[in-house]
Formats: sequence, C-alpha cells, structure tokens
Amino acid sequence: MCLAVPAEVIAIDGKHAVVDLNGNRTEVGIKLVPDVEVGEYLLIHAGYAINKIDAQEAKERIELLEEFYAGLEEIS
Amino acid sequence: MQVLKKYRNPELIKPMLNEISELSQKLDEELKLMEVCGTHTMAISKYGLRSLLPKNIKLLSGPGCPVCVTSQQEIDEMIALSKMPEVIVTTFGDMIKVPGSNSSLEKEKSRGADIRIVYSPLAAVEIAKENPEKIVVFLAVGFETTIPVIAAALEEAIEEGIDNFKLFVAHKLIPPALEALLNDNEVKIDGLICPGHVSIMIGSKAYEEVVNRYDLPAIVAGFEPLDILDGVKGALKQKVEAQVEVEDKVKAKVENRYGRVVKDEGNQIAQDLIRRLYQVVDTAWRGIGIIPNSGLELRDEYAEYEIRNVIDLDVGDSNEPQGCSCGEILKGIKLPYDCQLFGDVCNPQHPVGPCMVSSEGSCAAYYKYDRR
Repeated sequence: MCLAVPAEVIAIDGKHAVVDLNGNRTEVGIKLVPDVEVGEYLLIHAGYAINKIDAQEAKERIELLEEFYAGLEEIS
Repeated sequence: MQVLKKYRNPELIKPMLNEISELSQKLDEELKLMEVCGTHTMAISKYGLRSLLPKNIKLLSGPGCPVCVTSQQEIDEMIALSKMPEVIVTTFGDMIKVPGSNSSLEKEKSRGADIRIVYSPLAAVEIAKENPEKIVVFLAVGFETTIPVIAAALEEAIEEGIDNFKLFVAHKLIPPALEALLNDNEVKIDGLICPGHVSIMIGSKAYEEVVNRYDLPAIVAGFEPLDILDGVKGALKQKVEAQVEVEDKVKAKVENRYGRVVKDEGNQIAQDLIRRLYQVVDTAWRGIGIIPNSGLELRDEYAEYEIRNVIDLDVGDSNEPQGCSCGEILKGIKLPYDCQLFGDVCNPQHPVGPCMVSSEGSCAAYYKYDRR
C-alpha cells in the first residue's frame, strides 16, 4: 500500500501539480511538498507528492558503488 | 529518471551478492532480518532475492501490509457501513476482498452496495462533492506514508466545506509495532529493514529509540533490488562487527541507505499535519492484539469527520477465520508455507485471511513468486 512512483513536474498550479508519470500526464496534490519546481522529480503516493527525489544523491550513491566494485575487481 | 534504472543493474547486483556472501561466512549464527513494508515483501519475492542470498541470511516479512493488520472488528464495521443506503463507501482496492466474519465488501457490492474503489483519497472527496445527499466515507487504512495523504485530502474537503465527506480511521503506526514485536519472546529478529516510504514521513531518526533499546541494526532501504541488498549488507556488516569481543563493543545503529528520498528528520509538513488532526491512541492489530500508542483518532475539533461518531456501528463479536495463521505469519514466527491452508484452501481466488487477499500480503507474495 505504501507503493510510490517517481514523476517529473511539468506544471504547477497552487496546491496541485501536473506531472509526467511514466509518460502519462496526471494531476497530484503538492500540499506535503509545497516548494516544487518544474523539472524536479517527485515521489507520488495515492495522488500526492510525498517528497522530492534527490537526483544528485541517487547518482552519487550509484557511482560510489560502481567505483567500489570496479576497484575490487582490479585487486582480484 | 534514468539513474534509477541502475538500481536494477545486474553488473552491480552480482558483486554486491558476492560481498554479502563473503561477509556471511563470518556470521556465528543465522541472521534473521525483518522488513515491515508490503512493498518490500513484494519486491523481495518478485526479484527472487531470498534464493540469491546465502542460506544463513533469512528475510522475514513482518506486519507491513496495512490491510493485513486491520482488525476483524474494523472489517466487520466497514462491511456493516457499506450496507447502509445513505452511505457511499470509498476505498483503496486492496480492502475490498478481505473476508469479514460473515461477508466482504466485494460480496456487499455484488448485492448492490455503493462501494467505489479509488486510487487517491482526493477522488473520494470529488465523489462527496458530486453526491451531496449521501454520506461518503473513505476507509482510512494505512501507515505513516498514507496517513498524511488522507489527512491532506480531509483538510481540502474541510476547506471547501464538503461536510458529507467522512473517514473511517483505521490507521496504524510502525515504530510502536516494532517495539511490540521485539518485546514478544516468540519473535526472533536480529535486524530490521525499515520501510522506505514510511521513513520519508517519520525520518530515519524515528527508529533510534528501538535500536538503542534492543541493540539491533535498523537499515532504511529503498525498493529496487540493489536498494534491498544494500540494506541487507548494512545489517550484516553491523552484525559481523558486533560479534568481535572487545571492551568497547560497537552499538547497533540506524543507517539511512535510501538518502535520495529519506532525510533524518522526515517530512515536517506531514508530521505537523498529522499532529494537527490526530491524537495517538492504543489500537488492535490483527494477530498481535492491542499495541499501546500504535493508532490514531481524530482530535475533538475534527471528531465530526469520523464516521463512527456519526453512525453507530454495532457488529457484535467478530471472529477471525479458523485455521488461518495470519497472526503468526505477521510476526515472522511462521512462514506462509507453514500454514495448513496455504495454497490449497487459501489462494488469491479464494482467500481465507487478509495476508492472501492483499496483493502485498506475505501469503500473496509467496503464492505468486516464491511457491515451493
């Protein structure tokens, strides 16, 4: 039930935002994450944004793992 | 978001599994990790992670499916409510098949009850707006992820003056449930994989009390295969380090490995909203019983929006289905296979208990992906 999906903000209109959710445009509530900007990614749950997705953090974490495992391979 | 696809990359999953496998050889005894989130339950089964992990690491599914932990009495009350001609019941889809003592919402719907499945509580508010002559009730089931979303919808309804919109509040809180589980002598858990989306709201700090009191690792993890394995690795690492006999023994800690959406403090707006509308109460969990401070009720100022304050729903005694092991499965004492009804008498077409009904219940997940 706590399923949440990422979506990109296309437009903002007060308490609601239009997002691109896997290619579908849909309106979501942004009461819980009010300071969103067009182009940002949100996590959507039951018709509301519950948080922003920190794209930088997502990228850095993966890069860290990629580097770590590449390093291990070189050692072995 | 392209970068998220990398969290399913086999080229990263393989070396991580190797690392886990090597670390696991250092374990003195079996490591039992419990997740408490239906979305984790489904993801673990769907990606076949149990079969990829070393044999001495066991992943258990706890009470992480809100539908599964809703008490029989509440289900009976919801069914009784749906039979009232002046009421439209709106609900998330998972609730509809759950068998009550004598019926289910699905059966009542087939008999003509006005029960509508919605994806968002905002859709329920719209239904209330379109049907001013009816009382429109939303079945407010869910944990901390869903609670603020429903609260936000209620606030929007109040702001717009839609006073025929009501809630049937059956919310549950995760940290008190973790505490109750760890207090139960029958339950054997060595670490927690904490629910990623609940944690968005309550913050990773919310687990510190439990971790300090019971000295076991708690890792906040996301839902991609790499996220979940990273969570397992975190708990495993802490456990292996704690085995070393030294004077200043390393204390177990909370680790946030889902930092792309979870912050230490959580979502303050959501927390404020919950505090504004609700007060904490004791509540009954299916199979577990009453857990102190694990539920919510609307504050006095908002009491008129709780349907049970408007309509008296006396359903008498409720009975949990006979032979169903849902309660023990929710506590990780039994696996779905250990239930005598699993897969035979009880299956997704004819579910006996809620763990088979909900698409994210343990039994449903094992039936679909993990059947022996």
